[in-house]
Amino acid sequence: MNKSIIQVNQLKKDFYVGEITVHALRGINLEIKQGEFVAIMGTSGSGKSTMLNILGCLDKPTSGSYFLDGISMGELSKNELAGLRNMKLGFVFQSYNLLSRTSALENVELPLFYNPKIKSKERRERAEAALEAVGLSDRMHHMPNQLSGGQQQRVAIARSLVNDPVVILADEATGNLDTRTSFEIMALLQDLNQKGKTIVFVTHEADIAKFMTRQVVFRDGHIIREELVTNRNNAVELLKALPIDETA
Amino acid sequence: MNYLNSIKIALNALKRNKFRAFLTMLGIIIGVASVIVMLAIGQGSKKSIQDQMAGMGTNLIFAFPGGEQKGGVRMGNSDAQSMKLSDVEAIEKDCPAISDVSPEVRSSGQAVVGNQNWPTSIFGVNNKYFNIRKYTIGSGRSFTENEINTYAKVCLVGKTVVTNLFGKINPIGQTVRFGNIPLLIIGILGEKGENGMGQDQDDLIMAPYTTVQKRILAITHIQSIAASAASENLNAAAIDQLTKSLRSSHKLKDKAADDFQVRSQSEMVQTFSSISDIMTALLGAISGISLLVGGIGIMNIMYVSVTERTREIGLRLSVGGRGNDIMMQFLIESILLNVFGGIIGISLGIIATKVMSSILNWPVVITTISVVMAFLVCSAIGIFFGWYPARKAASLNPIDALRYE
Repeated sequence: MNKSIIQVNQLKKDFYVGEITVHALRGINLEIKQGEFVAIMGTSGSGKSTMLNILGCLDKPTSGSYFLDGISMGELSKNELAGLRNMKLGFVFQSYNLLSRTSALENVELPLFYNPKIKSKERRERAEAALEAVGLSDRMHHMPNQLSGGQQQRVAIARSLVNDPVVILADEATGNLDTRTSFEIMALLQDLNQKGKTIVFVTHEADIAKFMTRQVVFRDGHIIREELVTNRNNAVELLKALPIDETA
Repeated sequence: MNYLNSIKIALNALKRNKFRAFLTMLGIIIGVASVIVMLAIGQGSKKSIQDQMAGMGTNLIFAFPGGEQKGGVRMGNSDAQSMKLSDVEAIEKDCPAISDVSPEVRSSGQAVVGNQNWPTSIFGVNNKYFNIRKYTIGSGRSFTENEINTYAKVCLVGKTVVTNLFGKINPIGQTVRFGNIPLLIIGILGEKGENGMGQDQDDLIMAPYTTVQKRILAITHIQSIAASAASENLNAAAIDQLTKSLRSSHKLKDKAADDFQVRSQSEMVQTFSSISDIMTALLGAISGISLLVGGIGIMNIMYVSVTERTREIGLRLSVGGRGNDIMMQFLIESILLNVFGGIIGISLGIIATKVMSSILNWPVVITTISVVMAFLVCSAIGIFFGWYPARKAASLNPIDALRYE
């Protein structure tokens, strides 16, 4: 049995907008084990983004407990949460969020800048290794505006890998990409997952969710469905099946 | 937090916007440069006044009649006849702090040589006067005791008089008429140039005081006394001794007011220095305002930059940057902008000052203190005006910052 990376019990999150209280999460229980590739699905307003923010230690729950890699985040201060994000988490965003006019390599180095234990030589080596892992070793010194959308997202994935996190949190990571590029990104993530990375992927697209090992569906702050994916899609095979000239 | 990392991050951020960084610095550059230039001009004019005053003789003390009353009527200074040659002799005897003393009588009029004439002044003095007023004998000789005693019709002329009356002819041995009295030129005074108030110090004729008294003015009194203290430190003692000597010579009772006034060069130096100090402060304040405007410019850009880079801040927070790290980044950016701007401004100011002194011939003095001050003020402005935008950046919520459009 693999060890538990994410352990959430009776998690609730309320927002107060004026006099009205919005119950974004109404008692979530979720466990994600090492090596899983979990899709968090749901329509907008279902609470999946709130869930991701809490999983990403960007927001604190109103009640309930959350253990990340055995650490209870409820008692941590703002700075300790930042430290946790730096050491244990990797983020991939829909709009890449790369620093403009900054080379791919420097973008990937970014998280390591906030880890005082890492010296500049190690920082560079790790960033180069992460870019190699996403297949961009020949684009290290390119600026984001010299890269295609798919390549930019690869840089973002490399950035999320560089600190060797226990889990990668992806938020609609294929939302801005065409089908072929989406599949390429999914192939990369499946490959990383194969090598042992735990990935949580928020999406509202059912066919993207089919690349993952488990689906968790949110609605109105509850988990309404949770199931293992049967007939899991293989991105590499689907890519081969795509007509080659689709984009030409 | 690693400060070296913070500096690297800030430098990288500035490098990404080189042109904007330069434009932002421009305000500080101009502000600092103008502070340096203005202070250099102010200090320079002060120094040039002091130098010129020193050229006139720093130990110089003047005594002239004044405050005299005749039957309750207070008399003007010019027509008072209270000073006598005996006063000078008494000063020579009574005042150990005074090294040289000379009577002074003056007249102005037309000097005539052949068909040339020139309006100038004649000074009747003894031969210690040259030393008191820091005049040198350029060529020829000074007058002798015997010439003084015999009202000899001899004189020394200043450069301006020579130029206007003789052109290129050597005037020594020639005769110049002043008020119909022919005077033999026995020497030329060394050139002194203008004094601090723009007066030509070479436009004069010097003759024995007896000659001017008897032959030109037909008077027996003297108009003023020029003396010099033995050293700068003895200035106050010299003034004191001279006052006492004159009071006793004039037989003034203890309670009676002085019937003369004493002025010293060092007093005048102080007066003019304080005037130019005020001018320096004024110039400094005006350019200080431009420095302030430059600082506000930096705050403005930093503030806009925080808004523009909200997503970047969100990203930095999400990858593990703490509020403090973000704060340090923006604060260091602001300080770097100011310090770089300050360094460029200081160099530019120094260059501008040098150019000004070589092209316009303005007296300028760059003091270390003005450079150090400008630099410190820049760093302080960096912190002061960087603080608010940095605070704002650090307080952003990462979730909102990441979604910011």
